[in-house]
Amino acid sequence: MKQRIALVILLLWVAAALLEPLLRITPNAVHLPAILAAPSPDFWLGNDGLGRPVGGRLIAGARIAFVVAFSTVLISALFGTVIGAVSGYVGGMLDHLVSRVIDIMLAFPGILLAIALAAILGPGIGNLIIAIASVGWVGYARLARSQAMSLRSSEHITAAVALGSGQGRIIFRHLLPLMMAPLLVEASFGLAAVIVAEAGLSFLGLGVQPPQASWGSMIREGAGFLLVAPHLAVFPGIAIMLVVLAANLLGDWMRDRLDVRR
Amino acid sequence: MTSRLLSALVTLFGVVTLVFFLIHLIPGDPVEYILGDSARPADREALRLQLGLDQPLLQQYGSYLYNLLSLNLGVSLHSSQAVSALLAERFPATLELALAAFVIALLLALPLGVMAARKRGTAWDGGAMTLSLLGVSIPNFWLGPMLILLFSLWLGWTPVSGREGAGSLILPAITLGASLSAVLARMVRSTLLEVLNEDYIRTARAKGLSETSVIWKHALMNAMLPVVTLLGLQLGALLAGAVITETVFSWPGIGSLLIESIQKRDYPVVQGCVLLVAVSYLLINTLTDLSYQLLDPRIRVR
Repeated sequence: MKQRIALVILLLWVAAALLEPLLRITPNAVHLPAILAAPSPDFWLGNDGLGRPVGGRLIAGARIAFVVAFSTVLISALFGTVIGAVSGYVGGMLDHLVSRVIDIMLAFPGILLAIALAAILGPGIGNLIIAIASVGWVGYARLARSQAMSLRSSEHITAAVALGSGQGRIIFRHLLPLMMAPLLVEASFGLAAVIVAEAGLSFLGLGVQPPQASWGSMIREGAGFLLVAPHLAVFPGIAIMLVVLAANLLGDWMRDRLDVRR
Repeated sequence: MTSRLLSALVTLFGVVTLVFFLIHLIPGDPVEYILGDSARPADREALRLQLGLDQPLLQQYGSYLYNLLSLNLGVSLHSSQAVSALLAERFPATLELALAAFVIALLLALPLGVMAARKRGTAWDGGAMTLSLLGVSIPNFWLGPMLILLFSLWLGWTPVSGREGAGSLILPAITLGASLSAVLARMVRSTLLEVLNEDYIRTARAKGLSETSVIWKHALMNAMLPVVTLLGLQLGALLAGAVITETVFSWPGIGSLLIESIQKRDYPVVQGCVLLVAVSYLLINTLTDLSYQLLDPRIRVR
């Protein structure tokens, strides 16, 4: 039941994000008479400090959040998994080097590195994705590496080696398919983490730049009007919370269903 | 023990190197990035000299390492203060915030986790775990403004921002500690449930100890190992999480210094802040690692 609700919430947001261009939403349109207006029949979630509709900006923000989240998770999962799997299976010097790099990356608090990278690369969605993915791949790499190391000595791999399969074929045909379950679970938690990271960086002014709407920058802007118009900061926060809660619940559920130990 | 310290040193070296190369990641010229397009050529040249960017990369790296050893982190481009002095001025506030968040997290999580484990499967358990799920899912840059709205603006109990008096510490500490306390409560519950099945717990109950004594003395002490691991790893994460919390509350620590310096493009200060937080994080993690041995002598024997 909990999982159904989580799935519905997530799908609704994804649908809103996908259909945004069709919904005839004007997230950046200024309505001067409606500056800081409370929710009304015309604007269901009220208007912000420039009179822009909060509801429309939430949906535009969802689009940004999911574009960043899905591309970041995809890039870091692909990159991390391949590096981890190859390193864990091949072993030797390569594995030594890769595990050192993983150690060093893990010795960095993730959000700090993402903040530093976002600050250096400059604002923009592309740079945001690069900054978060440069931190995010490490988790997948560590997971894939340990999986590859424990699967390396299993019988079907020995059989594949005996049949003369090359290393590449073994890694991509015999190892990776078996790693999919834990990676899927990791990716689902990753989705929640990236959405929070994107919003956090945009909150700090390092992500999406104005006038584009992001849930994080909406909270930042709303924090300046807390007393006169609390709805500006309240709604985007609820949006983030719902999505993150749903993604976490889904991750928990998949972990139990797929019998993955974290 | 020696090998652990050695591997921590190698990692430290890696972290220091990574921070050095951050500035060289900037696409194009860092000087242009810091000063903008409209700067005069003479100013550019001066900054290039000041940052040592006219030297070969390896030489820059060498002098960076040498300066680090003598705790010379360069000079702020904005105020011409020494970066190490700026960091020393701001670090106590961050440490205070992180420790307060840590204490609040423990105070919330221990009773919540113990209660959930004792009343396993009841509404109490469900409520505690729902609360914990909420705690992980609410980002601190939203929790902060919401707490300000409720406690500072509506109820008027605490100051909105700044660092004056004990009252100003409460909201930032709750904001920073909330997600840690949520994770912690879960972990206390699950490790306690595991420990409660052990034989020595049955023994303790059989010899007539009170349930309070069984839980808090016999079970919790043995459930502490994974909890301490988590705490150690999270204390470092608190320092990093402080960046956002400090910005929300204008708390004058390293985190707000970092964001201010990013906005002013004061690169030496940015580098110093990142380095300080990363090194503290590594230090705390290494100490956590070593503290296992104190808590669980079995590890030392192995």
